[in-house]
This record gives sequence, structure tokens and C-alpha cells, in this order.
Amino acid sequence: MGFVYGLAAMGLTLIWGVMEVINLAHGPVIALGMFGTYLLFTHLGLNPYAALIPVAGMGLILGLIIYVIAVHRVINAPPLSSLLSTFAVNMIIIGVCTAIFSTSPQNINYSLGSLGVAFLTINYSRLIGAAGAVLVTAGLYLFLYVTRPGKAIRAVSNNRDAAELMGIPSAKMLALSFGLGTMLAAVAGGLISTFFPFTILSGSPYELKSFVICVLGGLGNPLGALLGGLILGLLEGFIPVFMPVSWVPVFEFGLFVLVLLVRPTGLMGAD
Amino acid sequence: MDFWKRPGFWFPLLIVLVWGAVVLVVHQALMRETAFILLMAVALASSLNILLGYTGYVSFGHIVFFGLGGYMGFYLLSVQGWSLIPAAICGGLLSAVVAGLVGSAVLRLRGAYFALATIGINEAARAFVSNFGPFGGPIGLSINFSAYQRYGGAGEALWMTFILLWILTMIILVVSYLVKNSRFGLGLLAIREDEDAAMVMGVKAPRAKNITFMISAFFPGVIGTLYFFKNGNLEPGDAFQLTMSIEMLVMVMLGGMGTILGPMVGAVGYQWLRGYLLTTPVFKDLHVAVAGVILLLIILFVPAGFIGWVRDNFRRFKMVLE
Repeated sequence: MGFVYGLAAMGLTLIWGVMEVINLAHGPVIALGMFGTYLLFTHLGLNPYAALIPVAGMGLILGLIIYVIAVHRVINAPPLSSLLSTFAVNMIIIGVCTAIFSTSPQNINYSLGSLGVAFLTINYSRLIGAAGAVLVTAGLYLFLYVTRPGKAIRAVSNNRDAAELMGIPSAKMLALSFGLGTMLAAVAGGLISTFFPFTILSGSPYELKSFVICVLGGLGNPLGALLGGLILGLLEGFIPVFMPVSWVPVFEFGLFVLVLLVRPTGLMGAD
Repeated sequence: MDFWKRPGFWFPLLIVLVWGAVVLVVHQALMRETAFILLMAVALASSLNILLGYTGYVSFGHIVFFGLGGYMGFYLLSVQGWSLIPAAICGGLLSAVVAGLVGSAVLRLRGAYFALATIGINEAARAFVSNFGPFGGPIGLSINFSAYQRYGGAGEALWMTFILLWILTMIILVVSYLVKNSRFGLGLLAIREDEDAAMVMGVKAPRAKNITFMISAFFPGVIGTLYFFKNGNLEPGDAFQLTMSIEMLVMVMLGGMGTILGPMVGAVGYQWLRGYLLTTPVFKDLHVAVAGVILLLIILFVPAGFIGWVRDNFRRFKMVLE
């Protein structure tokens, strides 16, 4: 579970790291990923895991569209503007989708059975979810560190003006990284949809968790996001041993505020 | 005192005064309900504006003070049997104290980090209250109907709540004017422009920010008590709605932040628009989406908000609007 949280947070952290924009449209995009997988599965009979690929593609395109319409103009404005403009996108997506899908819960009825190891029972779908998250992280790392556009994105996030002087089209790179961020969110949504039922509104808890994770791992650090996701997953697993489950969010958000105060760069961040 | 030369200040006050008076004279329940919702929006937006507009700190979870104050006041009302006014003030005070404690830590963060931290505080408070026994946990609290008897029955109690909110809204407007036009307020505006420069110039930024945060948290706490007293019950989900918090920001943005008239125009405009979209058959299902589109257009093209736009484009108003 922690790995998938990490994946969802990675999209957010990438966008923050590159352009210092907190993407409040993150939750609805996760939900769209869930619905995309659901629609492909029920109407085209596609295997939910195969459906992740077109969902990822659509996520990328959606991200590019959101960037061009809503983010590009406010990228240099004070944080409030970009917060509100992405929130406006959030409202638009939720509004349209509520009208289309209504808010009744949907479910992908696709079970892979479960694996019994000694006294533990692990769902295969969760195992694959975790593996998928690790795979995507590795892919993202390769992309950012090996390929040319990946290097360009890192250059832009380091120093936009200098990158511009070196001949990197920074606007395109920003758009690309926004697209990648939403793509990751959509894939995470697709993976989540294979083990939980969902509605169009169910993206927002993951969005809030993503904030916590990003801060834990250091805003702008994809590997940190995966680690933060794991920490959160572990917390959710262990706290119920000592006290009622409903106390978990108190600890999560308490930890979140604490980390922000003590180490705003996150547990792994050095810069 | 060049009071009358400042229509940007007394004009909003006058509107609220006349508006409330008209509602009281007409004495119609439907009209009162409409006015209550609008006044509540105005009051919340104006109190957020004290922090957001003057210091530029974006509190994304400001509704936490509405919820906490509401809970405290409601608890005193329903469980301890206090009467409304002291309970509401206690609710406000609790909010202010919490803001003071939290603020002394969180206000060190700047920009987006502060915004994120306030979201975290709101969620933590919601989760805490859902588990806190005396506040009823996830079920929440509800008021015993007999509590209304003290005010001459439920009907009269609702009128009294309205009058209190009306007075409170005017107090908020006066406070935001006083803050803006004092030495203290000038310090805040300096913080908004450049915090480090302001500190070099001798503005005690941490203390000033903290006091502002407390002022801006006190009023939502009082409003929370009034609102939940009127409703008769409260639940964690209602009290700490993140959307409502963002709606407050939208109202301030719509009208123009840092002005006194702005949040009022924004709040009334937003609520009117919402009401209109909800009741129009074409937009009924899409009202959230349409509101989103309008919000997006405003942020992209009129970032200064309505009042800011008028002030920048019509010279005659430039001197008049605060």
C-alpha cells in the first residue's frame, strides 16, 4: 500500500520540485485514473493492468492541457494564484465527472486471489500494485537521469533562467513535467482502483496523503516520495496495533506539521 | 478624524447596517435565512482577509478555527448550559489561543509551506475531534431543544443569532479598518511586500504575524458557535470542511484582497452565483464545474479581484476605495 501512496505523491512532488506549484487538481486526477481503468475494463474488457498504459497516456495529455490552460499564466505569480487556479481545475473536473458518473461507488471486479505466507495473507493485486509502483519509480529515475528531456527537466528545476540561456525551452519542459506529474497520479489511481471501490470524490484522501508524503520525503524528491509513502503505509499498519484506527489521521497530520516545522526539506532532503 | 472622507470604510459598514435593519423590520424568516448565509460569508471572508490580505499569508485551513470555536462554544452551550453570548466569546477565545500556539510555530514557514501546514492542521484537528470523547466523537453534538426556551423559543433564538451575527459582521469590518490604518497594519503591509526588509526596518514580524493570526482566528470561532447554535447540531465533517476553507479564499480573491469592501463584494457575489447556478436547470448538475471555470478566468485575467480592478481602471475611485 505504501508503494502506491508513494507513487501518487511522486507526481505531486515532481510538479512541486520543478515549478514550485502545489497542484490541488491532484486528487481528481487520481480519481480520473481510477475511472479510466474502470471504463476500459468494463466496456472494452481490457485487463486492468493493461489498461494502465492508455490511462498513463491520457494522464500525460490531460496534464499538458491543464498546464497550458491553467498553470502557464500564473507560474510566476504568488503561490496563492497557482493554488487557486489548480483548485479551479479541481472543481471543473469534479463538477463534470459528478454530472457524468454520479457519486455512487464503482468497483473493478477483478481478483487475482491471494498468497498465503505462513500466517500472512497477501492479495496478489496489492503485490502487483507495489511492484508496479517500484517499476514506475525506476522508470522515472531513468528518464530524469539518462534521457535528454529528463536532464533538461532537472536543469529547469535547478535554475530556470540558466537553463533558458543554455537553449532549453523551459516552457515546454515545465509543461512536460506537469504532464508527467499528472500521468503518475493517473497511474496511481489506476492501481488503487484494482483493490478498493471508489467514487469520483475518492481522490481527495489520497491527495491529502500525498501532501504528507511529499513533505516527509522532501518536496521535489521522487525517491523521498517513495520512502515517505512507505513510512505512511507502515504507520497505517502499526498504529492500529496500539490504539483505535480512527486515531491514525491525527498522527499522520501531526507528523506532517512537525516535519514541516523541524525539517522543511524533508527527511531525505539535503538541499 | 477624516472619517467621512473614507467612504471605502463606512460604505461597507453602512450597507451591512441598512441590510440588517431592513431584514429586522421586514421580519421574514426566509429573508433572514438568506441574509444569515450571506452575512456569514461576508464575516468569514473579512476575517480571513485580515490575515491574507494584509500579511499575504495564505491560510488554506482557516476553517479549522470556525470548527474549533464552534465546537468549544457548542460544548459550553449544550453540555455545560452556558448562554449563547459568553459561549460564543469563549469559542472565539479558544480559536485565538489555538491560533496563537500554532501560529508561533507555523508562521515561521513562508509561502506554499505555510499553506500546506494549515491544511495539515485542519485535517489533524478534524481527526482529533472525531476521536475526542467530550465533543461527541464522530457523531458530534446536538443541542437539547429546551435550550432554546431561555431565549423565548426556537424562533426567537434564531432572530437573536441573526442580530448577533449582524453586529459581529460590523465589528469585523471596523476591526479590519482599524488594523489597516494603524501603525501595526502598516507593518503588516510591509511584511506582505517583503518580510525581510520589513524586519530590517524594525517591524517585529513574528509578533505582528502572530497577533494578526489570532485576530483573524477569533472571529471565525465566534461565527462557528453562532452558526452551529442556529443549526442545532454539529459533526466533525461539517465543522472542518476543507472546501469551505477554500471557498473563503475564493471570496476574498473574487472581491480583491487587502481591501475592506472587497471580501464583502466577493462573498455576496460568490454566494449569489452559487445559488443561481444551483437553481438553474441547465447548470444544476454542472454548478461546481461552472464555478470552477469562472474562478479560473478571474485568477488568470483579473488577479486583483473586482475591487482591485475597479481601482486600477477608474481613476475616480482610486482615492475613494480602501
